Amino acid sequence: MHSFGYRANALLTFAVTLLALICAMSSLSDNLNSPSPSSHVKVLNINWFQKSTQGNDEVSMTMNISANLQSLFTWNTKQVFVFLAAEYETPQNSLNQVSLWDGIIPSKEHAKFWIHTTNKYRFTDQGSNLQGKEFNLTLHWHVMPKTGKMFADKIVMSGFSLPVEYR
Amino acid sequence: MIVTSALIIWKGLMCVTGSESPVVVVLSGSMEPGFKRGDILFLHMSKDPIRAGEIVVFNVDGRKIPIVHRVIKVHEHEDTGEVDVLTKGDNNFGDDRLLYAHGQLWLHRHHIMGRAVGFLPYVGWVTIIMTEKPIIKYLLIGALGLVVITSKE
Repeated sequence: MHSFGYRANALLTFAVTLLALICAMSSLSDNLNSPSPSSHVKVLNINWFQKSTQGNDEVSMTMNISANLQSLFTWNTKQVFVFLAAEYETPQNSLNQVSLWDGIIPSKEHAKFWIHTTNKYRFTDQGSNLQGKEFNLTLHWHVMPKTGKMFADKIVMSGFSLPVEYR
Repeated sequence: MIVTSALIIWKGLMCVTGSESPVVVVLSGSMEPGFKRGDILFLHMSKDPIRAGEIVVFNVDGRKIPIVHRVIKVHEHEDTGEVDVLTKGDNNFGDDRLLYAHGQLWLHRHHIMGRAVGFLPYVGWVTIIMTEKPIIKYLLIGALGLVVITSKE
């Protein structure tokens, strides 16, 4: 009854249960945080805008991205993945989301940032619908916890448009 | 006892998440520093449309092992509702078109097994060690068997 094996088993079960409980509690504690992030994006220049040989419109642009995501960080946050996507509708597609830039924020100190960049990923349409197209730029973030549930949300910034002519 | 409770938890998760394999072990470093090798992801398969930024687990034709990567482009067709999806590992330099089947440009709904909703570090090492060093698995099973045989209760 009180053998070594029995005690070791009881200790192991207790330790694992406790660890699972702590993990669950730290994940639940993330719900208490109500973040208030902010962001601002400015398109500085359309570097070029053309139709590729496959017939898809493609744009290169330079942007200023600034954001303050410090309020997303809690004690259970490992990192925040942040990306900027262009979102628009076309006659064929009810939704197009094209990621233009992304970054990994490792800590709260780095969560208030300002970056001047061209699009990191190709801004290519499925087809040729981008001339004069109005689009939204959406800043998405994905909170990766040390353990538990992942959170994601976004800020939609509207009122951007592409030129009518290729350049 | 341990085996039965593990099986119950597994089947329970299958029911709750609606995904055929509710838990996956991360096997590569392509999503570091978010997910490391040996971490466990909980999957959820719902009817909700796939959107950019989500971490999905997908199968590629001709590859046995599913891949866990993030969605960076989505094109949803107006008439059919079918989605074209492009993925990329956070730690990889380029997108996943090189990983897809030859000539495949987009992933579709049927490639995707589920999206990652929860995360538990390190636990997956157990299965990685078991599959890569089978000798440890046999030692463990042998030791357990010995305990069962020699216990007097």
